[in-house]
Amino acid sequence: MYHYDDFDRKMIAARVKVFRNQTERFLAGKLGEDEFRPLRLKNGLYIQRHGPMLRIAIPYGQLSSQQMRTLASITRDFDRGVGHFTTRQNLQLNWVKLPEAPDILERLASVDMHAIQTSGNCIRNITTDPFAGVAADEIADPRPWAEILRQWSTFHPEFEYLPRKFKVAFNGAREDRAVLHAYDLAFQLVTNEAGELGFTVYAGGGLGRTPLLAQKIRDFLPWPHLLTYSEAVVRVYNRYGRRDNVWKARIKILVKALGGAEFARQVEEEWAHLKDGPQTLTAEEVARVSAYFAPPPYERLENEDLSAVKVDNPAFARWLSRNVKPHRVAGYAVVVLTLKQAGCAPGDATTEQMEAAAQFADRFSFGEIRTMHEQNLVLADVPQRELFSLWQEARRAGLANATHGLLTDMIVCPGGDFCSLANAKSIPIAKAIQERFDELDYLFDIGDLALNISGCMNSCGHHHLGNIGILGVDKHGEEWYQITLGGTQGNATRYGEVIGRSFAAAEVPEVVERLIATYLALRHEGETFNETLARLGLEPFRATAYAKDPVNAAAADQELIDA
Amino acid sequence: MPEQLIRHGHLEADPWQRVDPAADAASSTLPDGPILLPASFWLAHRDTLRQRVGTIGVSLAPTFRVEDLVPDLRLLPLIAVEFPKFTDGRGYSTARLLRERYNYSGELRAVGDIGRDQLFFLRRAGFDAFLIPESRDANDALLGLADYPGAYQAAVGQRLPHFRRRFG
Ligand code: SF4
Repeated sequence: MYHYDDFDRKMIAARVKVFRNQTERFLAGKLGEDEFRPLRLKNGLYIQRHGPMLRIAIPYGQLSSQQMRTLASITRDFDRGVGHFTTRQNLQLNWVKLPEAPDILERLASVDMHAIQTSGNCIRNITTDPFAGVAADEIADPRPWAEILRQWSTFHPEFEYLPRKFKVAFNGAREDRAVLHAYDLAFQLVTNEAGELGFTVYAGGGLGRTPLLAQKIRDFLPWPHLLTYSEAVVRVYNRYGRRDNVWKARIKILVKALGGAEFARQVEEEWAHLKDGPQTLTAEEVARVSAYFAPPPYERLENEDLSAVKVDNPAFARWLSRNVKPHRVAGYAVVVLTLKQAGCAPGDATTEQMEAAAQFADRFSFGEIRTMHEQNLVLADVPQRELFSLWQEARRAGLANATHGLLTDMIVCPGGDFCSLANAKSIPIAKAIQERFDELDYLFDIGDLALNISGCMNSCGHHHLGNIGILGVDKHGEEWYQITLGGTQGNATRYGEVIGRSFAAAEVPEVVERLIATYLALRHEGETFNETLARLGLEPFRATAYAKDPVNAAAADQELIDA
Repeated sequence: MPEQLIRHGHLEADPWQRVDPAADAASSTLPDGPILLPASFWLAHRDTLRQRVGTIGVSLAPTFRVEDLVPDLRLLPLIAVEFPKFTDGRGYSTARLLRERYNYSGELRAVGDIGRDQLFFLRRAGFDAFLIPESRDANDALLGLADYPGAYQAAVGQRLPHFRRRFG
C-alpha cells in the first residue's frame, strides 16, 4: 500500500496544527459556531446527538495492521471501545470529545492517517473496489489512480468550498464493485483498441432525495489526463452548481438540468484550456505510486483441496461458501470478515475486534486489511492452507458470521441513535430483522440478498441500492419506514421502487418476512430476488406486504393517500 | 477595528474608495481618486469611464462571469472578488481564470467574509490582496498564509504540481 514520504507527512502534520488552532479559537470564543462548523466538517467532525462524531479517512479502504491497531487504540482511549465502519469505507467514532479531537488527529498522523475532507462541501475520501489487486476480473489496479487523485484533491486551492459534497470512486475490474453510478464523479478503468489504459468517465450520480444514476461523459480518457480533466469537471461544477438550495446543490442536479451531453460539452470546453498543462500526469509519477501497490511476495502454492475438512465441519464449509472469494494467485484466497454479529450495529467493531483483525492481517495477509462499502473487513491475500485456522480464530473474535451477501449482511447507517439528521432509527430495525432471520439454513435458502437501511433521505445506508431498501421517514414527528424493492449495485446498477405507504417500526420485520416468503413461493429455480421481481413486477410483493392484518389494517386506506 | 487590507503579505493602507452608484447613475457624479465600482456599472458606462482609466477598479459578485470582462482587463488596475459568505467558493475559480487563463496582472483582491482559515487557499487561487472585515483580526489572518508547508497541486505562484518537483 501507499507509504507517505516526508512531504506527505509534513502536510498532515500541518493539518493537525491548523485544526488544533481552529479548535482552540472556537473554544476560546474567537470563532463563532457558524464559522467553525464548515471548518470542523472539513475535518470530519460533526456534532451529533450525543456530542461530536469524528469520521476518519481510510483512503480507498486500505489499512495496514499498524494503522488498524492505532485506530483500535483510539477507540479505547478516546471513545467507548467501538468504531463504526461506513459505506464510504471510513471509520466513525461516536463518542469523542471536541477538545480531544486534535489529539486524536495527532495520533492518526503518527501512522499517516487523518480526517481530511471526510465531510464538508469539498472532494471527499475516494473509494474503490475492496478486491482491487486480487480480483481475477481486473483490468487494472484502481488504487494508484485513487491515490494520485487523493493527493490532487487534498487542500485543492480552488475546490475548498464547493456547492456541496463531492464524492469520487474508481473501479478497475469488469464487475463494478465501487457503485460507480451512485457517485458524483466516477472512473472505470478501461483499455482502448490500441491497448492503452484510460478511463470511462461518469458524472452526476447520487442517492439522497433525488436519486440519479451517473451519466457517461467520456468514453475514453487517456490516463495522463486524469487530473486536468477532473479539474475541468469540478471547475464547471464549482462555477455553475446551484448554491441557492442545499437540496439542489449536488452535481447531479446540474448534470440533469443541463443534460449529460451538454454538461460533457462544457467540461470539454473547459478542459481544452487545461489539457496538456503542467498537471498532466507523468509516467514517472504513475510508476512511483504504482510501485506501492505491487503484489506482495506470494509463495508458490498449489490450490488446496478442502473437501475433507468441509465434510467434517459444515460450519466451516458454509463460511467458505459465503465469505471466501477466489484469488488470482493459486493457493490464495480473499476473506471477508463480517461485522454483522447479531445484536451489534452493522459495521461496528469493538477495540478487541479491530486488534484481532490487525493480528490476522499480520499472520495471514501480509499485514494489510481493507474496508468494504458493505461495512465488512477484507483480508485480501490469505493462503488457502491457513483458512481453517483463520476461521477458528475469527469465530472466537466474532468476525466469522458466514453470512456475507445474505439478508443479514445488511448495510445500515447509524440512524437516529446517533445521527442528528435522522428521521428514524435504523439500528433497532436492523436488529429486529436479524432476530427474525437468525436461522442460517433459512438465510442460505434465500441466498444472495441485499437489504439496506437508511435513517433518512441522505441515504448513507444506500437503501436505493438494496434489493429491499428501508428508509426512515418522519410522519408528524413519528418514525416510519418506506420500503423500496428492486435496487441493485454492480454493472446493472438501478435504484429501487417505492412499494407504497410507509410502515411503523413494529411492522417492518413482518413486512420483510412477507416479502421474502413471496419471493420463495414464486421464484423459479435459480432466480434471485430481483429476477423474480423483474419477471412478476411489484404487484405480488405489494399485495402481501399490505395484506390486511391487525397491525396495519386500520391505517391502510388513509395512509395510501399521503404515501 | 475597521476593515484592514493585507497586500503582498502585510498590512497596508487602502487607497481605494468603494462606490456603489445606482445602475442608471451618471458616471460624471463619481468622486475623484481611485474608486472601486461594481463590474456591472463599469460594463454599462465603460465608454465614459475609460477617460479616467487607472483610477477605476471593479468588484465582481459571485455570479459574475469573468469572461465578460476579458476585453477590459488591461484597463483595470484592481479587481475585487466578493465573498458574501466564505463558504461560497466561486471566487476561487474566478481568480484562477483571471490569473492563469487571462493573464490578469493587476491587483486581485478578496473582499468579504474571509479570514485566517481561507487565506492560504485564496493566495494560491491568485489573490494578492485581502480585505479583512472588521469582525476579524487581520494580524491573526496573516498567519493563515503560512498554514501549510507546500501543496500538491499546481496553482498560481506554483506552476508545477508537487509530483513534477518530487523528482527534481
Ligand atoms: S442516512 Fe440519514 S440518518 Fe443515516 S447516517 Fe446518513 S444522515 Fe444520518
